[in-house]
Amino acid sequence: MARAPERDFALKARVMGADDVRRALTRVSHEIVERNKGTDDLVIVGIRTRGAPLADRIATAIAGFEGVDLPSGALDVTLYRDDVALRGPRSLEATTVPGDIDGRIVVLVDDVLFTGRTIRAAFDAVLDMGRPRAIRLAVLVDRGHRELPIRADHVGKNLPTSAEEVVQVHLEEIDGEDAVLIGEHR
Amino acid sequence: MIGKHLLSMNQLTAHDITQILDTAESLRRVTDRPIKKLPTLRGRTVCNLFYEASTRTRISFELAAKRLSADVINFSADSRSSVAKGESFKDTAWTLEAMGVDAIIVRHGSSGAPHQLAQWVDAHVINAGDGAHEHPTQALLDLFSIRERFKEIEGLKVAIVGDIIHSRVARSNVKGLITMGAEVTLVGPATLIPREAASWGATITHQLDPLLEDLDVCYLLRVQKERQNEQLFPSLREYANLWGLDARRMSKMKADALVMHPGPMNRGVEIAAEVSESPRSIILDQVANGLAVRMSLLYLMLGSNEGIDA
Repeated sequence: MARAPERDFALKARVMGADDVRRALTRVSHEIVERNKGTDDLVIVGIRTRGAPLADRIATAIAGFEGVDLPSGALDVTLYRDDVALRGPRSLEATTVPGDIDGRIVVLVDDVLFTGRTIRAAFDAVLDMGRPRAIRLAVLVDRGHRELPIRADHVGKNLPTSAEEVVQVHLEEIDGEDAVLIGEHR
Repeated sequence: MIGKHLLSMNQLTAHDITQILDTAESLRRVTDRPIKKLPTLRGRTVCNLFYEASTRTRISFELAAKRLSADVINFSADSRSSVAKGESFKDTAWTLEAMGVDAIIVRHGSSGAPHQLAQWVDAHVINAGDGAHEHPTQALLDLFSIRERFKEIEGLKVAIVGDIIHSRVARSNVKGLITMGAEVTLVGPATLIPREAASWGATITHQLDPLLEDLDVCYLLRVQKERQNEQLFPSLREYANLWGLDARRMSKMKADALVMHPGPMNRGVEIAAEVSESPRSIILDQVANGLAVRMSLLYLMLGSNEGIDA
């Protein structure tokens, strides 16, 4: 999601800390398995940047309590975005989706669900790689303000926001800490 | 910052080149999957404007644009176009501009033609080879191919062998390799090395044999057979004897050293058939990598209306 650079971000509240993030991800991990009635055919795919470590954590959590190795991967949707011309070209990161996704259940993971446009791009990216039996969506935070008819199957936290507010997710792997912050553009 | 046009390797810093190569690496993975097309440049139009013959550059640009969902127009200045009726380069450029093309990939026999074109049109201009001046996308795909094998370009010893004076590939490659920190040696008969080459930052020598065992890359240029009549070298056979890479010479090179050639090859002149087909030769990798590098450039240059921001 459009995340303002740190310097333009005026913090209003810290809505989740490390423990909250851990608990939310644990619950989402259980929900994914419950909904799927097991782990058969599951592939967990994170949307870069911050969806990728979240997908790894969810796959690791499921492996922990189900005792199976779950394939996980990361998706760079930059080339599928509808705003490339508006935002300008950005550096690309690797897309690593494990094996064949035909007939499998792809669970997309992202940090914040906002307008839904990133998810729309991710659908196209996934469908160009194969024909999964279903695509599901898990997000750490749903902040509302959808511009497309998209909803998440699994939500860590519903966070009512105003459109002007900025939601930042920090993750240990990238930012050195786990937190969800709400603020506004300075 | 790549800028609006790509006319010369002079305009690219090491940072720019790295960005182009990194992006190409990501894009190359797309070419390994069953559905190779991306929607990124939907609605954009790219024109290949070729005043000189070309196989790989033109096809590679066409495929790169199509893989990114741009529309492609191929224009060859031959008997089927209005160039045969005497339409000037400038009028042709304005015609394309009036049709609303977003980018023009231009190859022209005159050095500087792409620079001239860039002043006439609003579209992005990419130099696909101008006279004996430059061929920047060839240099970029060569850098990509070298980096793929050695991970790092800095510190590599590269010899560029042959007809330097007429070679736009040599000019662009010398600039790119030096920008990335390689040590470049130009090798060939004195008649085929331009006087100004001394200022390019490369070492100049006329003998290939003493270099071989130290080289990481031996880059062979096409002998332009039509030049034989200009008496710049005695005969093709003598050229092959002194500067051609055959199996005997290749055996002196380091185990991991590479042989490169921009194509088209004259087998038996600058390169022996068995060398071109040996495992050291990455000539077909160069072609395959050209596609990814050109996709990268089109994406970085056409991805936004304002050009790229770092």
